[in-house]
Amino acid sequence: MAETASMAETAAIGAPRAAYPLDALALGARSIEAARLTALGPAARLAFRGREAAIQAAGEAFGVALPREANRRHTADGRHALWLGPDEWMLLAPGADPAPLFAAIEAATAGLPHALVDVSARSVTIEVAGPKAAYVLNQGNPLDLSIEAFPVGSATRTLFHKAEIVLSRIAPDIFHVDVWRSFAPYVWQMLEDGRRELA
Amino acid sequence: MLIIDCPWCGARPEIEFRYGGEAHIARPADPAAMSDQEWADFLYNRTNPKGLHAERWRHIHGCGRYFNAVRDTVSDFFVTTYKAGEPRPDIGESGK
Repeated sequence: MAETASMAETAAIGAPRAAYPLDALALGARSIEAARLTALGPAARLAFRGREAAIQAAGEAFGVALPREANRRHTADGRHALWLGPDEWMLLAPGADPAPLFAAIEAATAGLPHALVDVSARSVTIEVAGPKAAYVLNQGNPLDLSIEAFPVGSATRTLFHKAEIVLSRIAPDIFHVDVWRSFAPYVWQMLEDGRRELA
Repeated sequence: MLIIDCPWCGARPEIEFRYGGEAHIARPADPAAMSDQEWADFLYNRTNPKGLHAERWRHIHGCGRYFNAVRDTVSDFFVTTYKAGEPRPDIGESGK
């Protein structure tokens, strides 16, 4: 326990804590193989809303066709396009600089009715991985997360306890939880609470 | 937990939804021509039926869309849901 505390202190010294709200929590996280928690690094996140004409152009500029089926995620070259609503998508590019992406999509959709907003700094992504990942998420989320009802490639906005999240299934036992930055420590601690019994 | 069928997302838990009041109330085209009583009826007075009720719901923690639902106000049973802009399905009258 003392060792964990000193690690957290070391991380706090000189580190821009505000830049990444989960750094200290992630350092103190226990290793539980049944449900591993990882705070993923920064990503470019663009909120895109648009009508028919702009949807295809935006997909081509981003490099991933925007899914037209409800609650689906399309992935190509490490980039993700998540269906969040009938005219709303989240474009997610881990590790990428949002500015050139934003410029490319704006150029491709010029003159077509749409809205594009850079929300990269709004949220952070937590990876929940392991054979008990769905079990841990279901402690705070009532969706049916069985592989039949929520297959790989599913993505949806939903709730985890009292926080709104975007939940995405990357692999049968890997989920990504995208949560607003100020809610991230809450969600992380509730995930910790949910997996405590698995230690 | 109550399960509500979002016309876009399918069956989802009720905590993802917010109630939006009675459905199919159109804003009058010319409010200035109305009497105060008619305007008050539009603003405030609702049918409040015991039985089937067409009402608006919003899937706020999901796709974010408003849609309409016919719910039995006695049993809380959702008879049907349909997208905003579609006419009320013919499945009985409010107030029965």
